[in-house]
Amino acid sequence: MFAPIEDLYRLAPELVLCTFGILVMLAEPFVPRKRSGLVAFLALLGAGAALAATRLSWAHPGTAFYGLVRVDDFSIFLHFVVGAVAVLVILGSRDYLEREGLHRGEFYALVLFATAGMGVMVSAQELVTAFIGLEISSISSYILASFRRNVPKSNESAMKYFLLGSFATSFFLYGVALVYGATGTTLLSRMDSASGNPTLLRLGLGMIFIGLAFKVASAPFQLWTPDVYEGAPTPVTALLSSGPKAAAFALLLRIFDTVFAASQLWVWAIWVSAALTMFAGNLAALVQSNVKRMLAYSSIAHAGYILVAFAARNEIGTAAVLFYLVAYALMKLGAFTMVTHLGGEGERRLEINDYAGLGSQQPAAAAFLTLYLFSLLGLPVTAGFLGKFYIFNAALKSHLVWLAVLLAINTVISAYYYLRVIVVMYMREPQKEWAATPIPRAVGLVLVLTAAGTLYLGLFPNYLMEFATQSAVLPR
Amino acid sequence: MSGDYLQNYAPLLIHLLVAMGLAGIILLLSTIVGYHRPTRAKLQPYECGVRPTGDAREPFSVKFYLVAMVFILFDVEAIFLYPWAYIYRDLHWFGFVEMLLYILILLAGYIYLWKKGALDWNR
Repeated sequence: MFAPIEDLYRLAPELVLCTFGILVMLAEPFVPRKRSGLVAFLALLGAGAALAATRLSWAHPGTAFYGLVRVDDFSIFLHFVVGAVAVLVILGSRDYLEREGLHRGEFYALVLFATAGMGVMVSAQELVTAFIGLEISSISSYILASFRRNVPKSNESAMKYFLLGSFATSFFLYGVALVYGATGTTLLSRMDSASGNPTLLRLGLGMIFIGLAFKVASAPFQLWTPDVYEGAPTPVTALLSSGPKAAAFALLLRIFDTVFAASQLWVWAIWVSAALTMFAGNLAALVQSNVKRMLAYSSIAHAGYILVAFAARNEIGTAAVLFYLVAYALMKLGAFTMVTHLGGEGERRLEINDYAGLGSQQPAAAAFLTLYLFSLLGLPVTAGFLGKFYIFNAALKSHLVWLAVLLAINTVISAYYYLRVIVVMYMREPQKEWAATPIPRAVGLVLVLTAAGTLYLGLFPNYLMEFATQSAVLPR
Repeated sequence: MSGDYLQNYAPLLIHLLVAMGLAGIILLLSTIVGYHRPTRAKLQPYECGVRPTGDAREPFSVKFYLVAMVFILFDVEAIFLYPWAYIYRDLHWFGFVEMLLYILILLAGYIYLWKKGALDWNR
């Protein structure tokens, strides 16, 4: 009757995250306003402890709680990703929250709870468990998106995210119901051997794909992304664009690779979605004047690139997805953190033209942003280049030549809007004088970490790529 | 889709049709056969015999929503105590500790609410 202690080890990251989330909630009303840094520190400690707990659960591979969750290299890899995202987001948001007068413990608690949900998603081995993880992470993100309560745009963002998100979740749940109806089990490992109605199973998998395609913001389910990303507080946008996306892709890989035979039917849908997503993101990004919206469309485009690797449907493709998720999280977190800082009080400085003259006024900020943009574009010596290279490789190995060609075309299209920002920063005269605020220490640390990671992965990808390749072997 | 498979659901479909049909027939019969003598009193919205005063559609204080939300939360969470109580003997200390943890988490939420002033009506 007792849950074996091994099982608790396998759930250690989630337990740690939830405990610290509750502690932060409890500490919030007791800690006086002046010492609010204490709450932030507690949250940071929690996210760090979750990374340590992930390391601990690595030593105990296997399934836990009657096969509901599973610790393997794949889940550990993504636990590290979402844990690191939580650490960086918490580090980067303190100064923002102080600046906007929003500093509340609930923010950190919600980030921790969302991360716990993502952790459940990446290690779930059963569909209802996966659904619960999805809901924990989504509901926390809905609230986080509305955190600037007095700003109508933030409310609009949360409302759109909530309505469309619940709609997508219901697709996922309906898919789960159909899969259960077809196979008589919600355990992924038993699904392939279950004799059931194949049509119903495929239909269910299609619904699950739709639900998760919404979460990763891939076309034709990407319409919510720009509005939500623009309205949400920028640190939240940083979180939304990296963490949940990684978790949703992990779940997609886990489900589709475990039920391999039945999901082969949907390869064409992944193909079409990948092609549409790349074009939808990149073409719309060309005409944006707001930096946050431009980055939102660029994040749609990147979901398309990752889908290309997913469409390869083999272990090279899975490894490429994992590598790209890390590279993508690093550069996106860095870019959004920089945008957060440059936005200034009330997030007023968000137009691309506002960045004119940044290269001479704030050379450090301009240099960081240039690095992230180069990486997003995929220039050599950055993580983005190698990530794209691995995706290209995976696509060609699976004879997806056309998809690879489309990927190349889209990279060329994207060069326009990334380089435009750089041109504005370095070659345009400033229109307005902006008081250059110094970069706070915590934000500086986030920038240095993400920039170092981007460069490190661009120069020495081997260690991470080996880990990714090792993690890409999913049990069939 | 195989025919055999969906046949399992045939009784469910028949049940649905019968239920909808019955409701439809009853409504139809009462409109056709019944007497209609509307008076002012009969057309008023029913409010437990009391004369209605004013419109129900007016803005409420947001405090009501807060209290209702907190009530529903704790109410739903209390439901989980029933299945636990039912198999308490089988679960033994394991179940006891699990429930203790559960209640502790609820307590944390309660303390949070209290300190935040959600229970203070005059705030």
